[in-house]
Parts: sequence; structure tokens; C-alpha cells
Amino acid sequence: MQLIILYNTFIRDFRKQKKRITLTLIALAWGTISIMLLLAFGEGLHQQLSINQKGTGENIGILWSGQTTKAYRGMGKGRRIWLYKEDPEYLAAQIPEIETIGGEYSRWGVQIRYQDKVLNEHVTGIPPCYREIRNHIPQEGGRMINRIDMDEKRRVVFLGSNLKKRMFEDEDPIGKQILLNEIPFTVIGIMIEKIQMGNYEGMDEDVAAIPATTFKAIFGDLYLDYIVYRAYHPDQMAEIEKKIYRALGVKYNFDPTDDRAISIWDIASSSREFNNMMLGIKIFLGIIGFLTLLVAGVGVANIMYVSIKERTREIGIKMAVGARKSLILYQFLVEALIITFSGGFLGMSLSYILTEGFKRLPLENQVLDFMGRPTVSLEIGLVVITILGILGLVSGIFPAMRAASTNPVESLRYE
Amino acid sequence: MIIMHDIIKTYITGQVTFQALRGINLHIKKGEFVAIVGPSGSGKSTLMNIAGCLDIPTRGSYLLDGKQVSAFNSNQLAEIRNKKVGFVFQAFNLLPYATAYENVEVPLLFAGVNRRKRKERITRLLGQVGLAEKAANKPTEMSGGEMQRVAIARALANEPDIILADEPTGNLDSKSGQQIVNIFHELWKMGKTVLIITHDSNIAGRVERIIQLKDGQIENSHSPAAV
Repeated sequence: MQLIILYNTFIRDFRKQKKRITLTLIALAWGTISIMLLLAFGEGLHQQLSINQKGTGENIGILWSGQTTKAYRGMGKGRRIWLYKEDPEYLAAQIPEIETIGGEYSRWGVQIRYQDKVLNEHVTGIPPCYREIRNHIPQEGGRMINRIDMDEKRRVVFLGSNLKKRMFEDEDPIGKQILLNEIPFTVIGIMIEKIQMGNYEGMDEDVAAIPATTFKAIFGDLYLDYIVYRAYHPDQMAEIEKKIYRALGVKYNFDPTDDRAISIWDIASSSREFNNMMLGIKIFLGIIGFLTLLVAGVGVANIMYVSIKERTREIGIKMAVGARKSLILYQFLVEALIITFSGGFLGMSLSYILTEGFKRLPLENQVLDFMGRPTVSLEIGLVVITILGILGLVSGIFPAMRAASTNPVESLRYE
Repeated sequence: MIIMHDIIKTYITGQVTFQALRGINLHIKKGEFVAIVGPSGSGKSTLMNIAGCLDIPTRGSYLLDGKQVSAFNSNQLAEIRNKKVGFVFQAFNLLPYATAYENVEVPLLFAGVNRRKRKERITRLLGQVGLAEKAANKPTEMSGGEMQRVAIARALANEPDIILADEPTGNLDSKSGQQIVNIFHELWKMGKTVLIITHDSNIAGRVERIIQLKDGQIENSHSPAAV
């Protein structure tokens, strides 16, 4: 019954102030939509960028050669430190935190020929573990370079998705022969299409990958260009980095504190920075939305003040028949919350419909690949509900406190 | 039941101070039927509001059932208004959007009475004031006399000892007024303490005692026969 009285009062007020309440509900809905959509776009962007970032690989570090900048054990600075094909195994044996490790050769400007089409491309010599650590995943019908390819130094090639398109267009290339510097190679697989945020030497979609052993045999490279390793856990990255300096320092006689002797790019740490940046963007978007919603909150407070003025007499009557101040306080607070949440609910429903509609749009382009699609998560819903609750409380508490401090004698005299 | 000693009530409006009550000494016994009369501005309503704990005196002592009212906090005062005292106003003061039933229900809600008991009591009270069939009507659908009877039913909801009425017949025609007076008379006979502010000689003639106020002081207190 108490609820019914609150409800009746609210309905009566609504009828009396239809226009004002409607406008306030619209303002609340608008504020909620803007905060929801901003957060949803932020979330979509975050998800898409995370996917893009994982294109290169997760929890991985990339190691390449450098030059000493410190004299060490009688050897002057400026000495080149090279990486050799035995180094990945050596490091794996020395550092238990490394889950997988592999070395890579890299060469630009290799002539690739298929029938009468000739291209100058980037060729890498890679181990089979690149399937896991660098997401060199084959499309259906093909396969990635395997251990036997390595052992037998087979002349097989695994193509990036974009390179395949440029060379073969719509033709199915699996099993076809192409010529790398006039040496025949059989195409065994095409890499799945992936979006890659970070790269250290060209995009994976443009690469022609061959077994590292074949690469060394054909091109005769003495040194590895890169070593890529993956940690069991991202927290181990710093520890692994330190151990790599120590282990290679011992092997190649350089000062382990000489950070230019070799270079390491910790992708995991840049993804941590990236997450912080995304959090910053989300907070920024949230604040903009919150400010919009705040304007609506002022509307709620305004309505409540007007409503209390119009109901002065009612408050007096209730006090005369024994209402406690707290009850009057609750009544107006609850009303402010009802208005706030009604507007908020309206806005949330609309934003949900909008984002779902946007997701279903048959858009397929590069902008979406980077922007992502707006996503309403449970998290966003909870954030918005919390903000609405705070807003309702803040915009309701002051009018409600005024109502509760009404002097019943004066309000009964009020016309 | 009501013992007031040297009650002073001062209103301050901006620079102007107005003394509505200037030293009231009053003793009303349990079960008494009292009328308060006097010209407008003589402090009748202020006295009634203080008696009903709707207002607090600026100075002086007010003992209600032997308890010092000035010692009560706002929640205790609300409870007195809810359970011990029933107010009836000249302007009825019903909630306009609520039905007769719901209006009578309000003090019961505040008292935390359960639904079944509320229904029982509201039905009995509306029957008592002769409005059983008007339970679902809103104040706008009722006559002045009917509205005032709803207001009386509301005042009686929590079975208070004291009924305070501020010119209850002031807005009514003489026939409805007569009905209202009869109800108060019955209430008094049932043992309630009834305190009525009135200009109506019809009421004044039926009470046990008439208190005459003038300029915030009691000028005279006598039985109606003495008029």
C-alpha cells in the first residue's frame, strides 16, 4: 500500500507536469545514450585493437643483434654481436621461463615468379613453432611448415594472405610451383587473414615464409635476423629479458648491462601500455558522457523542487497525521530515483538497439577493422546504472531534504 | 491530560516579531469537551497546533499525559500526532489524488498497521461516519460535509485520546455542520477528549466548557450556561 501511495503520487505528479517530466526523461535518456554509446565505442575499439594486436603474437618478445657500447674483458666497444642458429636452443636450455623459442632469417627483394607474374618480395626463413608464437596459421586446405620440412630442407613456401592475392588472385595456389630467385618452391599453405598492429619487419600478410634450414642452405646467411620467444606468463617477460642478456653476455662476451649489445622488443609490455591507454580513452569518453548526463540530473533536481513546492500542503497533511521526516525524505528520494531510472532505462534500451543494429550492418571495410564495432558489455551497463543511481540520489537528496524540513503548520496554511 | 503552563509562542517574520500566545495557562481533563472561541488572530489555531504537537512553544511548559512535550524529538512528536491526537481542519486537508479509503489509510500506514487490520478499521470508521459506500470516491467527488466526515474518520484512525478540530464546520452549510457537531458529540460521549475551535454558537452551546481567547491570552473560561 505504501508503494501504491508512492506510485499514485508519482502518477498524479506525472499528469500534472507531463511536459516537464517528459522533457527530463528525454534529457536523461539522451545522456544515458551518449554515455552508453561512447563507452560502447570505446569497448568496441578496445576489443578490435586487442584482436589486431594479437595478430603478431601474445606474450612474445623479439630479439635481434646489436653493437656493444661498453668495453668488456679487454674488448673495446662497438663490437657487433650476431645471433646464430644455435642460439634459440641455447637460450631455451638456459631460461626455463621460455615456453617456445625460434630463430628467423629475413631477406627483402627476393624475386618471386609465378607463370608470367614477377614480384619482388620479403622472404623469411622460419621454424614450425611460428604457427603458435607468431600466429602463422594456415587457411583450410593448406598447412604450415613442419618439422620434416625443416629436417629435409624442403623447398616449400607458406604465403601471406595478401601476397597470395597479388600473385594468384582467385586461383587456388596449394600445390602450385613458384620460383624464388629462380628456384622452384611448392606452395603448401596460405596464412589466415589477420590484422596486425605491431610488426618488426613488414606485415605477415605480405611475406613468403620458407623453412629456416632451406633458407640458410639457399641464401647462405650466417646469422639469424631475429629470435622470437614466448613466455609462459606475461609477468615473466622482464625476468626472461634479464636472463637473455646474462646468457648471451656469457656466450658472446659482452657486459650483461650493455643494453645495446642486443635488442629486445617486449610486445607484452607494449600491450600493457596499450591497455592503460585504452583505459584512459574509456575514462575520457565516460567523463564526456557523464557530463551530458549531469545536465539531465539538474533537470531532475529542478522537477523535484517544483514538485515539492506544489505539494507543500500534502507534505503538511502527512506530517499532521504522523509522518516522520524520514518518510517524507524517502518519498521524494524514491521519486527522483524513479524518474532517473526510467529515463536511464529508456536510454539504455535505445543504445542497446542502436549498437545491435550497428553490429548487424553489413559493413566490411578497413575502418571497421581498426575502429571495431560498438559493444555494450555488462560492465558498461553496471557503470551506467551506478552513475544513474548516484545522479538520482544527488539530484533527489537536496529537494527531499527540503521537503522533510517543511514546517507542517506553515505548509498547511500554504495555498 | 493537557496541562499548559505559561506558554508563549513568538513568530519572527523578517524584522517583525509577533507574539501569538502570551502566557497561556490551561488545564484540560481527560474526557472533557472544550470549545475555544475568540476573534481571528487571537491565537486559537496556534494554541491548537501546540496542543497537537504540530508546533512547539517558544517558552513555557506543556505536559501531555504527564510528559514534558519539549523533551520529545521530531520522531516522537510525529508518533504523538499519529497515535495520540487526531486533527480535523476547516479546509479538510485530504489528499486530493487519493480515495476516501486511502485518505483514512494514511495514518494507519504511518503506524505500520497490517493490511487486514487496516481494512477492518477503515471500513468500520467510514461506516461510523456514514460514508461506507463512498470509500472509492475521491475528495473531488464528495460534498464538503462528506469530505469533513472522511477527515474525521482519518483523525480517528489510530484511536487517539484527543480530537483537535480547527473550525470544522467553518466551510460547511448548517445541515452538514450539524451532522459534524453530532459526530463530535458522540465521540465525546464515547470518552474522547474533544477540543474544538469554533465561531459556531451551535457547537459552543453543546460543550462542557468554553475558553475565550483574546490577544494571545485566555480572557475567560466558563461553562456555556454562563454565556
